[in-house]
Amino acid sequence: MTKSHIKVTINGKAVEALVEPRTLLIHFLREQQNLTGAHIGCDTGHCGACTVDMDEMSVKSCMTFAVQANGAAITTIEGVANADGTLSALQEGFRMMHGLQCGYCTPGMILRAHRLLQENADPTEDEIRHGIAGNLCRCTGYVNIVKAIQYAAAKINGTPYQEAAE
Amino acid sequence: MNEQVKIDIDRAERTEKLQGMGCKRKRVEDIRFTQGKGSYVDDLKLPGMLFGDFVRSPHAHARIVSIDTSRAKALPGVIAVLTAADLKPLGLHYMPTLAGDVQAVLAEHKVLFQNQEVAFVIAEDRYIASDATELVDVVYEALPCIVDPFKSMLPDAPILREDIQDKMVGAHGPRKHPNHIFEWQIGDRQATDDVFANADVTIKEMLVDHRTHPSPLETCQSLASFDKVKGELTLWGTFQAPHVIRTVVSLISGLPEHKIHVIAPDIGGGFGNKVGAYAGYVCSVVGSIVLGVPVKWVEDRMENLSTTSFARDYHMTTELAATKEGKIIGMRVHVLADHGAFDACADPSKWPAGFMNICTGSYDIPVAYLAVDGVYTNKAPGGVAYRCSFRVTEAVFAIERAIEVLAQKLGMDAAELRIKNFIKAEQFPYHSALGWEYDSGDYHTAMKKAMDAIGYTSLRAEQAEKREAFKRGETRELMGVGISFFTEIVGAGPAKNCDILGIAMFDSAEIRIHPTGSVIARMGTKSQGQGHETTYAQIIATELGIPADDIMIEEGNTDTAPYGLGTYGSRSTPVAGAATAVAARKIKAKAQMIAAHMLEVHEGDLEWDIDRFRVKGLPEKFKTMKEIAWSAYNAPPPNLEPGLEAVNYYEPPNMTYPFGAYFCVMDIDVDTGVAKTRRFYALDDCGTRINPMIIEGQVHGGLTEAFACAMGQEIRYDEMGNVMGASFMDFFLPTAVETPKWETDFTVTPSPHHPIGAKGVGESPHVGGVPCFSNAVNDAYAFLDAGHIQMPHDAWRLWKVGERLGLHG
Amino acid sequence: MIPGTFDYHRPTTVESAVALLLQLGEDARPLAGGHSLIPLMKTRLSAPEHLVDLAAIEGLRRLEHVGDHVVIGAMTTQHAVINSTLLTDLVPILRETALVIADPQIRYKGTIGGNCANGDPGNDMPALMQCLGASYQLTGTGGHREVSARDFYLGAYETALAPGEILTEIRIPVPPAGHGYGYEKLKRKVGDYATAAAAVVITMAAGTCTSASIGLTNVSETPLWAAEAGRILVGSTLDAATVNAAVAAAEAITNPASDMRGPAEYRTKMAGIMLRRALERARVRATV
Repeated sequence: MTKSHIKVTINGKAVEALVEPRTLLIHFLREQQNLTGAHIGCDTGHCGACTVDMDEMSVKSCMTFAVQANGAAITTIEGVANADGTLSALQEGFRMMHGLQCGYCTPGMILRAHRLLQENADPTEDEIRHGIAGNLCRCTGYVNIVKAIQYAAAKINGTPYQEAAE
Repeated sequence: MNEQVKIDIDRAERTEKLQGMGCKRKRVEDIRFTQGKGSYVDDLKLPGMLFGDFVRSPHAHARIVSIDTSRAKALPGVIAVLTAADLKPLGLHYMPTLAGDVQAVLAEHKVLFQNQEVAFVIAEDRYIASDATELVDVVYEALPCIVDPFKSMLPDAPILREDIQDKMVGAHGPRKHPNHIFEWQIGDRQATDDVFANADVTIKEMLVDHRTHPSPLETCQSLASFDKVKGELTLWGTFQAPHVIRTVVSLISGLPEHKIHVIAPDIGGGFGNKVGAYAGYVCSVVGSIVLGVPVKWVEDRMENLSTTSFARDYHMTTELAATKEGKIIGMRVHVLADHGAFDACADPSKWPAGFMNICTGSYDIPVAYLAVDGVYTNKAPGGVAYRCSFRVTEAVFAIERAIEVLAQKLGMDAAELRIKNFIKAEQFPYHSALGWEYDSGDYHTAMKKAMDAIGYTSLRAEQAEKREAFKRGETRELMGVGISFFTEIVGAGPAKNCDILGIAMFDSAEIRIHPTGSVIARMGTKSQGQGHETTYAQIIATELGIPADDIMIEEGNTDTAPYGLGTYGSRSTPVAGAATAVAARKIKAKAQMIAAHMLEVHEGDLEWDIDRFRVKGLPEKFKTMKEIAWSAYNAPPPNLEPGLEAVNYYEPPNMTYPFGAYFCVMDIDVDTGVAKTRRFYALDDCGTRINPMIIEGQVHGGLTEAFACAMGQEIRYDEMGNVMGASFMDFFLPTAVETPKWETDFTVTPSPHHPIGAKGVGESPHVGGVPCFSNAVNDAYAFLDAGHIQMPHDAWRLWKVGERLGLHG
Repeated sequence: MIPGTFDYHRPTTVESAVALLLQLGEDARPLAGGHSLIPLMKTRLSAPEHLVDLAAIEGLRRLEHVGDHVVIGAMTTQHAVINSTLLTDLVPILRETALVIADPQIRYKGTIGGNCANGDPGNDMPALMQCLGASYQLTGTGGHREVSARDFYLGAYETALAPGEILTEIRIPVPPAGHGYGYEKLKRKVGDYATAAAAVVITMAAGTCTSASIGLTNVSETPLWAAEAGRILVGSTLDAATVNAAVAAAEAITNPASDMRGPAEYRTKMAGIMLRRALERARVRATV
């Protein structure tokens, strides 16, 4: 099979590569680009552990061929920290609110929450729960993930967030 | 400000700085996980690494007529294709299981469950390996299969395990049939039968805890790298028990154990799935030894759900005998246990049915008898403890459902019946009829707190009104109130009755204080999300007065960590947590000697004060642990060796017995069968609480898994032995939308034998949650004389209950 | 799970896309959002040798009000449908339906054309399109033709698309102002296909139902337009007896498979329940 030449921007950096058409975006990111933050959890598009941000959409990178990303701008978990290297509001929120345990779903969850907050700066709990319904977590029962996203929203909006992680 | 206030503030500040036990310390793990810098097995990349993939059986039971690998081997990029014929000369076509059976690594003459491993393809990348699996030509001759465990021991049942057909005594005693694995009995059968014969009231119910799967978000995976020159094997893998894996690999490969380096890096959830040894691990090891290059194996989700480690599949005929006033006087249980094609249960070796004999629960039941028959079927092997200590979820489900059935028969309130039969606080340590010594408990206090919090009386009043409204046709909803009061048994375990392959189930901690007062500590356990790097440091911080942020916890590298039995069965805190405290106390004792030398006083003149030893009566004369550490390396007392470190291998004197009171309020739409959880309240008593934030997180997660198990999650087979729904489309893992909101609460009854009084909590919510949900469902239909409704309680099954009861008009 | 090998094509015009598909024949599949096709390829239940990606074709994302219709380009995503004020104002049931399809990520990529064209009985849009009386513009090398959604579905994954044709636009007659609507979907969890679902659009005048159209999802090999059930409702006040008769008529045309969502008889009954609930919501929403 002919390999395809693709150009993508990943975390702000221009990347050119040759890929087999069937190479899944998740494998392209993890194996060719060594960005191992996004994970494979289910192989069928249900768990969202592979979620990355692509052209302002949350995308399941194990349900996308790398060739489909040609020309796209992609953000992965490796690209979401603040410019000075400190944790972003969402990353900080997940830590402060105990929104993660094994950490496997976390990169996808944070990327999804990132896009959710871009589209809805002050979501209700219900909007958050529906907003992250494409991401499965086996550890947290979601309670503290919801709080983590609320914490981040408050921090970004400059409003106080009082709720402590239980 | 008076002097005492100043002292109090100073002490509070020093305590706060430690971030020790009892505080909601934020997790150190999260710094890397939130940045995508965790290091999981599939993140690892080695030069020249190859990928393995399995050819699997489409049949549940079939004879293998032939295997032709030539087309696969001809595919460019394919390096090797292994079959049983390749493994047999090495003696590796079978591997020992933790339950004393053997399991085929690659099927030799026949396959015994669908998706069983038949050949292992090794190729340059995972894409080619996947392509090549389609090019291995296997000819099968299908055989009749057994799916229903009740048919396993019929006289004309097909014999499944021809390899052990003539071996009529198994690892756990005589076998009654070629498809029988063991019979395990405990309790006083005659006395129990006598009680039942004369009881006022008895109940008998077949309670099925159906087959499901732990399904952590990361599947099972391994990476083996054999160095032919040094003769050393390094094996990274998803191992909840890395040291045990090292020993097993040594025993089956013949490699000396010191030349095997097993490393469990970050693990994406375990829940029991990653305790056992799997064909993929063995094949990646063999592949690397044969080829001399690293070989990686990564399971996909379908393989995970259909081959590695199912849970449950217990068919429990449960009986209670009681007086007409509601005093339970006896319990009798028979379990038919479906173990699948190989007995690969991950239990302590002497316990073929795990700790099922905790099934007398939280109640003072004078006599009991339990018998368990394990049988083979054409299903995947496993039988692991899915977020519970061994078979404890099954045991608690049996007693907590049965007591509700009894309450209904007696016409008593289910909470009242429980309270009437609770073991009383003054009865601890309590010896149960089936052989356990419960260390501690205060059930009445916990139950009262829970009932007050949920508003039990008003819930029952509301339910009574709703039932009348339903009968009048004013609502199509049924309201159920679920109760569960569970007692767990965790922290395996004492050497006298707990071992794995002959290794006693101790655990370990090694703590080393550096000259500058910072610490590295290594444990024999292995976190899969529980936050060990955070919480063990809190124990040490409190014990040694060193800030938790200055303590690094390391696990998973068997070269550096002391030998331990791993993390499962909620044993980390009860066993390794105890080891940590004991090792810290050894260091503290030496530190006291050093401090005495430094302060030129007798040891006995010193007292511990948060982070320092001070001279009694002279609080301004003290040495901090940091100062002591420096002195330990710089100017130790003349008769003392330098350094400041200690190791402890802790053999627990007893298990710990966490307990809890759970309540669930559920509304069921009769017309669709859809059940909505309105409230779920969980009160847990896990003894001393090390990090309340992490405890609450564990409870949230465990309840969510319990919800899934009770309300829809299952591994089902059709009559041909085809596994159904082995993907996240069908296998019910709730999203944030379906998951109920959880209310948590606690009481504290410290374990009397544990150095810090802690008991373990990670699995309680699962164990207690499953029966609570099921009881809520059953309670909703109880006034319609529905009889016991089996799990899982997914919508169509509840709709069928409505059909049976004529509720659909 | 790894897909088999294929060649990738990314035409920029509809003409070149259909020419390619015709030339490559049965070994080629068009690729839109990919969330139905790629899972099948990863489990190797589908192994096309060529994928013709429609993503780069300009003009397949049209979203316009033209006369008494709305026209939706096939590559319009579910996310775009949800966020379109035009569609939400004119045909609000589209948004209500799109919101219960799959999950947020899949709605960013999943397209309305893909959902309608691939013939999966589990997809939600086809029954809705039948309910709305939509038609599909099918484009081949010979140009366009128009096929009603009610005539398009022939069997599971079997449609009226001829070799080389793709679905390029959907034309939906705008329901009258004040119409009532409801899409009710029973599913096990977010991300699941329907156990059963019903789409209802009605108009009411002085308490009497003046028109009714009903579509049913995932209770047969194809989406179902429950024409007889709709006819029964028209002229009634939506009284209990009439609704019961309509539900019975709708249930009668179902032929669901038994699967992990439940046995066939359950899914048939759930089609009826979903219809009742969608109809009730539509009745409440109808303003005349």
